[in-house]
Amino acid sequence: MPVSLTNSELIYETLKECDIRLVSALPETWLVHLIRLTDEDPDMTLVRLAKEEEGVGISAGAHFAGVKSAMLMQNHGFMASINGIVSFAHSYKIPLLMLISYRGTFGERDPWQTQGGNVTEPLLRALGIPYFCLDQVVTVKKRIRHAQTLAESSLQPVAVLLMRDLMWEE
Amino acid sequence: MLRLDCLRSIYSELEDCLVLTIMGAVAAELHSLGHRPNFFYLQHAMGLASSTGLGLALCLPERAVIVFDGDGSLLMNLGTLSTMARYRPQNLVHVVFDNESLLSVGGFPTATSTGTDLEAIARAAGIPRAVTVRSVGNFRTAVTDAVHGGELATIIAKVEATGPSGYITDLSLLENRFQFRRHIQSLREPNAQKRRWDRSSEK
Repeated sequence: MPVSLTNSELIYETLKECDIRLVSALPETWLVHLIRLTDEDPDMTLVRLAKEEEGVGISAGAHFAGVKSAMLMQNHGFMASINGIVSFAHSYKIPLLMLISYRGTFGERDPWQTQGGNVTEPLLRALGIPYFCLDQVVTVKKRIRHAQTLAESSLQPVAVLLMRDLMWEE
Repeated sequence: MLRLDCLRSIYSELEDCLVLTIMGAVAAELHSLGHRPNFFYLQHAMGLASSTGLGLALCLPERAVIVFDGDGSLLMNLGTLSTMARYRPQNLVHVVFDNESLLSVGGFPTATSTGTDLEAIARAAGIPRAVTVRSVGNFRTAVTDAVHGGELATIIAKVEATGPSGYITDLSLLENRFQFRRHIQSLREPNAQKRRWDRSSEK
């Protein structure tokens, strides 16, 4: 499977450096290594979800408990979470670190991903969610760290979009 | 059976628990009995109170967590039952007040009014202890047993579709949220407040 193991490990290492201790996830192709690394780490709690919106509640509970968390999801999962993001995370100022695989953009072969690719960034902008498109290995550590810093200081959801160039090896 | 009577019957038990409620009548009625810093009311975001309780319970395994859910909210997020059952934290009690209606928006009937059985769904999802109660006495016993029972429980409480005249309290969402988190911090570090004060007085 040409999902980049090296870059998934780099992202996971950064989450550990950010003191993330709980990760919620719903499987998607680009995230398989990240989810496996989370599952194999005895110091990390992995919560496998039925639907991504549950992750907003899980992360809020972790925040109340003083535990730093991250959410792994596809951009369609982000779309499925929007009511939770607005009604809970925004209304109650809950920090969320959302790592979102950005399917449906340049190079996408699956027709069913493409419409979601068109609307992901417009939706993030409409919701006022700060985001960054992560496509270069050299910026991974700094950008994820900075995203988490902003989420914690501003008490709001922040998105890191995981791009094809980073996650997929052709 | 009235939800308010159920809540009153276990109010004293809630003192040492972390308590989460859904919006509407449940939040307003618990608040009317007397707010405490260990109560968090999730206004809106229907379906996510149980997910929040799961996150809390997994992160604080030594604390009892009680979620007061409702049939309308649970039906919006039935997947939560499978996620809770998957991790089945021993310190989580999931109470569902089932009045068979969406009371706060005018009482439209939910699917539990036409036969959907939330206890059966919870059990089939893998919740180790799932019961339905129809009297205040049984409610009190079921909740008390579950808090001390050491296994994940979902308790369906069949209640009448009546509630308070209004749902807005004088507690703002953010005040509630910050107070709740601060309270949990104080449980984890009982002397944190004092130490902060000590440090500031040294300057």
